Amino acid sequence: MAEARDQILEGLRKALKRGALPAEKEAELTARLAAHRPNLIPARATRLDHAGRINLFIEMAEEVQTTVVRVKSNADVPAAIADYLATNNLPSRLVMTPDPTLDDFPWETRPLLEIRRGRAGDGDLIGVTGGFAGIAETGTLMLISGPLTPTRNNFLPDHHICVMRSDQIVASYEEAWGRLRAHTDMPRTVNFITGPSRTGDIEQRLELGAHGPRRLHIVLIEG
Amino acid sequence: MEATSHNFKTNAQKALGDPNLQKALGKMREGFPARRLATIARLPEFEALRDQGKAIKDHTLEHLDYYLETFERNVTARGGHVHWCRTPGEARETVLAICRALEAKMVTKGKTMIAEEIALNEYLEENGITPVETDLGEYIIQLRNEPPSHIIAPAIHLVKEQVAETFRAVHTQLDPNRRLDEARQMCDEARTVLRQKFLAADVGITGANFLIAETGSSIIVTNEGNGDLTQTLTKAHIVLASLEKVVPTLEDASTILRLLARSATGQEFSTYTTVSTGPRRPEDTDGPGEYHVILLDNGRSSMLGTEFQDMLRCIRCSACMNHCPVYATVGGHAYGWVYPGPMGAVLTPQLIGLEEAGHLPNASTFCGRCESVCPMKIPLPKMMRHWREREYDRHASPPRWRVGLAIWAYFARRPALYHHASALASGLLGFWGSARGRFRTLPLASGWTGGRDMPAPEGRTFHALWQERRRNARGPHG
Amino acid sequence: MSESPVRVGLFVTCLVDLYRPTVGFAAVKLLEEAGCHVEVPMAQTCCGQPAYNSGAKASARAIARDVIAAFEGFDYVVAPSGSCAGMLREHYPTLFSDEPDVFQRAQHLAKRVYELTSFLTDVMKLERVAAHYDGTVTYHDSCSGLRELGVKAQPRKLLKDVEGLTLKELPGAEICCGFGGTFCIKYPKISERMASDKALDIAATGADTLLAGDMGCLLNMAGKLTRLGKPVRVRHVAEVLADMTASVPPIGSSFKETRDGSHQP
Repeated sequence: MAEARDQILEGLRKALKRGALPAEKEAELTARLAAHRPNLIPARATRLDHAGRINLFIEMAEEVQTTVVRVKSNADVPAAIADYLATNNLPSRLVMTPDPTLDDFPWETRPLLEIRRGRAGDGDLIGVTGGFAGIAETGTLMLISGPLTPTRNNFLPDHHICVMRSDQIVASYEEAWGRLRAHTDMPRTVNFITGPSRTGDIEQRLELGAHGPRRLHIVLIEG
Repeated sequence: MEATSHNFKTNAQKALGDPNLQKALGKMREGFPARRLATIARLPEFEALRDQGKAIKDHTLEHLDYYLETFERNVTARGGHVHWCRTPGEARETVLAICRALEAKMVTKGKTMIAEEIALNEYLEENGITPVETDLGEYIIQLRNEPPSHIIAPAIHLVKEQVAETFRAVHTQLDPNRRLDEARQMCDEARTVLRQKFLAADVGITGANFLIAETGSSIIVTNEGNGDLTQTLTKAHIVLASLEKVVPTLEDASTILRLLARSATGQEFSTYTTVSTGPRRPEDTDGPGEYHVILLDNGRSSMLGTEFQDMLRCIRCSACMNHCPVYATVGGHAYGWVYPGPMGAVLTPQLIGLEEAGHLPNASTFCGRCESVCPMKIPLPKMMRHWREREYDRHASPPRWRVGLAIWAYFARRPALYHHASALASGLLGFWGSARGRFRTLPLASGWTGGRDMPAPEGRTFHALWQERRRNARGPHG
Repeated sequence: MSESPVRVGLFVTCLVDLYRPTVGFAAVKLLEEAGCHVEVPMAQTCCGQPAYNSGAKASARAIARDVIAAFEGFDYVVAPSGSCAGMLREHYPTLFSDEPDVFQRAQHLAKRVYELTSFLTDVMKLERVAAHYDGTVTYHDSCSGLRELGVKAQPRKLLKDVEGLTLKELPGAEICCGFGGTFCIKYPKISERMASDKALDIAATGADTLLAGDMGCLLNMAGKLTRLGKPVRVRHVAEVLADMTASVPPIGSSFKETRDGSHQP
């Protein structure tokens, strides 16, 4: 395999009519990588103030069949989730990631909610997660994997309820990457999620809920 | 897959007479271009982003060795493995070895054209491993034992009745009296059946829309979420990617991602855009135990530094085939191999040879619509013309063409002779055709008159008339 | 102090020369009425596209050299065809990337080359033509003119003010008609299907006239329309703009047919 690697690299250099890059050029490219400068970022979200970005986020999310409910504070979150379940005639059993940002809500105000903290299984109809960021430009959620945020919770349940804070809303993907790099090492998985699962593979008719969740619901805490 | 590109004309003929296919293509023709247009109208920066995307890829290709080495270093640093494969054979064997080491019985697959290119599924099956396609379109055609006809909508050539028929034939465990009239019902059925596969699979195989040198990551985009279930639930995540998929940074990928979904389906962003970096971390409770990237060359390095280098910018969005008037009449299977439409016309001769695939770059009117919608500004007609030049230089085009062209060129370089010959032809055809103004049939021109009338010329050439007018204007003394 | 008139070399195009000289004369009329002095170099036959698009690069280069030489010295070179003008402007220079002096001359030619309608509006700043045409017209945008030269608004601008003419937009006007030069001979069945689709789109507009700026497209579409028995009159846009539709029957038709309204296949 080392042979294949060498042959391929040699073939590339030969095609580019040069040998290996000289040290200064390599240093230049390495610096370019380290700088990871953003390219052109559309003005759509960046020209708005924070309140504008939140509105844009919601507008774009709703365009792709995400539902969003705005609540004033942490105190309102359990009620918002209970309401969602009631409105959609869903059972009150849900799986919630062990994400500590979800600990601080007064779940005891909705004692009928049966909450299991942990990894989702196939039988889980409803999953609740937190999120890392929300990108206003396209109404996209950014979620990252970790010991307390298993990725499968974003995909296995039929209903994905994502609890977000308005200060997690950013304008662009670039801003989100900036936050991620400041926050932590690259996780195993970064999911950008824009609406519930869908397919157009049969006669190009759009159907929701192909393999991932049929519904994506965001509870957005303003305060 | 066995190529039938050399049979393009027969394939095309069959396609033109296939009512289901024609119905399906009609839907495609209406849908894709309109949606793309509507979405890019909402992004004033779209044209500028095309230029930036092109610049990023061009820069990367100029330094491809550096970026691939950097990518490998970062994958390895996170506990992943990079496997450099020169040929489809090496790639297949590497995948098999990874599966065997994990005693894999069944693998789930996200959509990957590289897997088609290296004919992975048959190989795995021959070696006792069951591959299960999970992208709905790929799943449907896997059940039908057909190749994909489009690079992002593999089952686009089918009408829903055909899908229902297939599901009934294969999902025999389900109630035969169930309704399968609507796409909704078929989607739900596939969801249920494939959910079990996701959960039971040993290894998950996906493609990669991008490889990120900066972080040693791979990116896939899906709308279904199948690529995520494929890679998250299994013992190993294998990524199949050709060399040119690498870009320098996450920011560079974000720029090109802004072009991808908009150009492909007219969405702002694909439902699931997933960045995967290495295997699960020691503290994770989720994620694959192993992460392998198969880096496939298979002719890419031979394109670098040649007149075909620009093709390496392709991000497999499918805008070209969605807008191609030829693809719209014959569909993807007519092209006879993995990659159809304009991008297939440029790439296929490179990968499987001009002798097999020569028809593909020839079956184009050079209308240029593909190039105008390509997010990466790839000059597709120009490269198809390069293939025609190579064919001509190798004397691989049909002899009667070369002879015909040579005769025509002889005349075209001799204006006086040419004008005489034209006057003759115009006169004869004009005379014969004068009553009706057209011919229903014309000897030697059955290719034209088979399907349309041949208008008759006026009967005199412009040059003859122009000279005549000038002589008359000068008068009897001129 | 009077300015000398703009000197235009007319690139006739092989199809206009062979098939429909009236288009050439219409072009001359329009150019002269716009204030140009028009000459027609005798040493021209074809732009070389058939060779170029067949991969016969050497032949294409030979023909291109002849054309470059024949058209030296004019202020502008105008063709009643987007594909021929596109060949001269966009492709000739690339043929000589390895011959610096011919390349320079090719570039010099390229700068002076225009398709007819865009020359009239964009260079001669023509606002309207004095023409009369009774009919509902639909317009097909030939691919090269559209995509290589940006010809879209210009013919429509001039047609808009033709007395008696109603313009009806063709859905899919920008979709290829299936001619494609040698394509229609090499892949006749596919070409026919594309032509059929185009013909049905044209017929669906209800227009009684089809116009376009390229003879190849026009021959193709006219042939298909008459074969399908669709009563649409097909002409080159120059014929209408120059008010010369009385001199020649529509393409693929005869005066008898258009007079008595019959359109027998």
